[in-house]
Amino acid sequence: MELIIAAIKAIVIVALILQLIPVLIWFERKGSAYIQDRRGPNRAQILGIRLGGMIHNLADVVKLFCKQDIIPTKASRIIYVVAPMIAIFVASATVGVVPFAEPLHLGGLTIPMQVADLNIGILYILGIGSLGVYGVMLGGWSSNNSYSLLGTLRASAQMVSYEIAMGLALIGLFLVTGTVRITEIVSQQTGFHWYAFTQPIAFVLFLTSLFAETNRNPFDLAEGESELVAGFHTEYSSMKFALFFMAEYAHIAVGSLIVSLLFFGGWNLPGLDFDWIRVYPEAALSMGLPALAVGAIAFGLFLCSKFRRHKYNDARDYEVLIFGVPHVLIGFLMIGATLLLHGTTLPTWVGPVLVAALQMGVVLAKTLFFCAFFIWVRWTLPRFRYDQLMDLGWKGMIPVALFNIVITSAWLVFVH
Amino acid sequence: MLSSYFPIAVLFIFALILGGVFVGLSAWIGRRPYNKVRLEPYECGLEPADSPRKRFSVKFFMVAMVFLLFDVEVTLLFPWATLFKQFIASGLGVFIFIEGLLFIAVLVIGWLYVVRKGALKWE
Repeated sequence: MELIIAAIKAIVIVALILQLIPVLIWFERKGSAYIQDRRGPNRAQILGIRLGGMIHNLADVVKLFCKQDIIPTKASRIIYVVAPMIAIFVASATVGVVPFAEPLHLGGLTIPMQVADLNIGILYILGIGSLGVYGVMLGGWSSNNSYSLLGTLRASAQMVSYEIAMGLALIGLFLVTGTVRITEIVSQQTGFHWYAFTQPIAFVLFLTSLFAETNRNPFDLAEGESELVAGFHTEYSSMKFALFFMAEYAHIAVGSLIVSLLFFGGWNLPGLDFDWIRVYPEAALSMGLPALAVGAIAFGLFLCSKFRRHKYNDARDYEVLIFGVPHVLIGFLMIGATLLLHGTTLPTWVGPVLVAALQMGVVLAKTLFFCAFFIWVRWTLPRFRYDQLMDLGWKGMIPVALFNIVITSAWLVFVH
Repeated sequence: MLSSYFPIAVLFIFALILGGVFVGLSAWIGRRPYNKVRLEPYECGLEPADSPRKRFSVKFFMVAMVFLLFDVEVTLLFPWATLFKQFIASGLGVFIFIEGLLFIAVLVIGWLYVVRKGALKWE
């Protein structure tokens, strides 16, 4: 029974991360558009419904599947095919130990809200994450193309260098936590005791090396399109290219999850007392639901007020209604539920489930914030030069991380 | 103990199948390249001037070597950091602090040597 639950959970959680990818791609396109003062994608449509460019992701998937699947004649065929599989494997396997909420106690059953609660915790993430170099390295080398090779060399040297800084930054964190299990690290960060405030140097170093590990701007020299055409995936087409693309976004999603869990308190939010909600779900619901209902109705009415019959003269006119009316209806349903709840006692499983849902919501909100941060940085900062990049990694971040370790340990021994 | 790794095994298999299905589907659904020229390396649109299978800068190799050394040393610091608080609790705080300091000093000396030798210098 427990094994079946564990297997289902593993697949559901990977699916959740994969669900985030199209959202992130949409957000990147729209966000970059608004940062550059454009409108962004808004043409793809289903029966005239455009959803502000969200349909583009669907169109992309169909397009990429139908593209010519090219394996260049000079490429090393097997490695060329395996490399994108390694990339997506690494990206989805890193999520293995990431918790989304506290373990759920239902009846006699304890369900940890993660794939596996390993005692090695973050070391697993570091170990699997470092395999990501292979996808990039083999992909670039096997294409047999000068630019891919250069991109590969740069990427592997860069990822490898920043891994040291990442490890050293985490050592500063482990000194304070005394454990590598993520659930315990999160449970230590109650209220505002987030490790981003007690370990700010480690936080900044970790976030920076995460950018380098995911090959994102300002560290995206691996694909530097102004110099290397497209870097390590120049020769790739069709879904093989898409796998590299998906792996990058999955890395961002998982990286943001890890940052929000390790440094931003995970599911802890000041003001939310989960023990209290678990015991009194009725009180929590009768306070939380009306607030949510008011928000939903206000948002829905705001959307409906934007309705103009002849603005575009096609189905786009009704888009605001498609979103606005359900919001209002859900709001009224919530108010009805609150009235029904009045004076009744709920079954005992409601409390834990409600807490788990709330905690997942908090974690996902923090994760989305960091995903937005990744996109914001990409479209704001220029790219580094290669020697600057390596100097920052080796001569900047490693000494600072070591300094942080010494300071933290001295503070723990002599002051704390 | 080992059974806690079972979900990880499921995750690995699922991730592998995911990659395999995507690659297989695109090869199956996608149009066949109908022109031999399409299978030439694209590179930058022109015909490749020379083969990429040739010597590349030794700097990349140096970085890989230095990474190997440093990463092993960083790995050795993980247990030290995780057990640090327990040592303080048992009254051995100063001892474990000086031990760690010595180790980090060795690390810093190695780092200084690498930097001074110019192994990480990029022109």
